[in-house]
Amino acid sequence: MELKVSDLAVSRGGLVVLEGLDFALAPGQALVLRGPNGIGKTTLLRTLAGLQPAVAGAISAPPESLAYASHSDGLKAALDVTENLQFWASVHGLDAAAVGAALDAMNLRALARRPAANLSAGQKRRLGLARLLVTGRPVWLLDEPTVSLDTASVALFAAVVRGHLAAGGLAVLASHIDLGLPEAAVLDLGPFRPLRAREAHPPAGGFDEAFA
Amino acid sequence: MIALLVRDLRLAVRAGGGFGLGLAFFLLVAVLVPLGVGPEGGTLGRIAPGILWVGALLACLLSLDRLFALDFEDGSLDLLATAPLPLEGAVAAKALAHWLVTGLPLALLSPVLGILLNLPAAGYLWLVVSLLVGTPALSVIGAFGAAVTVGLKRGGLLLSLLVLPLYVPTLIFGAEVVKRGATGAEFATPLALLAAITAGAAALLPFAAAAALRINLR
Repeated sequence: MELKVSDLAVSRGGLVVLEGLDFALAPGQALVLRGPNGIGKTTLLRTLAGLQPAVAGAISAPPESLAYASHSDGLKAALDVTENLQFWASVHGLDAAAVGAALDAMNLRALARRPAANLSAGQKRRLGLARLLVTGRPVWLLDEPTVSLDTASVALFAAVVRGHLAAGGLAVLASHIDLGLPEAAVLDLGPFRPLRAREAHPPAGGFDEAFA
Repeated sequence: MIALLVRDLRLAVRAGGGFGLGLAFFLLVAVLVPLGVGPEGGTLGRIAPGILWVGALLACLLSLDRLFALDFEDGSLDLLATAPLPLEGAVAAKALAHWLVTGLPLALLSPVLGILLNLPAAGYLWLVVSLLVGTPALSVIGAFGAAVTVGLKRGGLLLSLLVLPLYVPTLIFGAEVVKRGATGAEFATPLALLAAITAGAAALLPFAAAAALRINLR
């Protein structure tokens, strides 16, 4: 179980945004991606998740090992909290016990029967993150997981991530705020921008925006 | 796959799910056409198979643009694409769910609307049979169109333009089965062709739709 990335280049809308990425994660390790908006954190995570092809380089991870949590939580407003989790649990072949554990871990037990439409933004986010627990997958790819979470929920989620790592899991996070994971390695994506882009300094709101 | 099917059916029957939309449209067509054409029984009975099939086809089209667009907007399509379920299976499950909430109720309701359109009594059975055999093709072809247009905002118009030509063979053979059934003529050939279209579409198009989804998710 290892996530290994070698000489990876990723592109968004036909433009290479990051290249020459090399890193490896062993079980229990986490990597935090840093960089300004638009540098390609989401693109990198989507490429790692297999949603888009890499321009160059290789990603080696065991098959069916990646769980991706995007900006949007993939919730159905008409279903309640438990039904949402149950759906993803059965898609991933897990049972009701996993759903119960995920509800407890993200402090959603009191909301278990509430329709997702009536949740606050932070509660939706907590439900979206609880989904990771019912995938049963070892490698978590997290895109801004703490958006709209309050400090208590951030601490709760940090504990969940720490528990996941302690159980031999891996995590790659794109996050601006400190999740309180001192053991996590930090990767600044700035130096991996293609040489041309670094020299050219495209004007703000320039070409990239058209493909956002 | 069953989990996805159950979820889609559950979503369809909950508030705002769109169950009954196609059915209500079908009902409106069948109620309004006799008023527009006039009460002369001979004309109405002759055009009834065509009207009922056109109504069923447009009713199917009505809910198609939601098939993948809703999952795309809330991010669950991304998550489905990374789930262990193959995307081809997800497409098949969603097309089946679409058929169960539109095509199947349409087929079961159609004899009642046949009365409104003065369809000859011999045609009722073949109306239901032709819709049961033909509407799965409408759902699967529509799922392919929905997959191609999933990334577009307000892709409904493009979807209709893409899908309608592909619906034409189903419409021709479906209406032909009813017409021949109603007049007691031989109908095995159009029925066999209708079944062949459905079987071919159900076998091939989930793969094409999954490929289109993968490209649209990039």
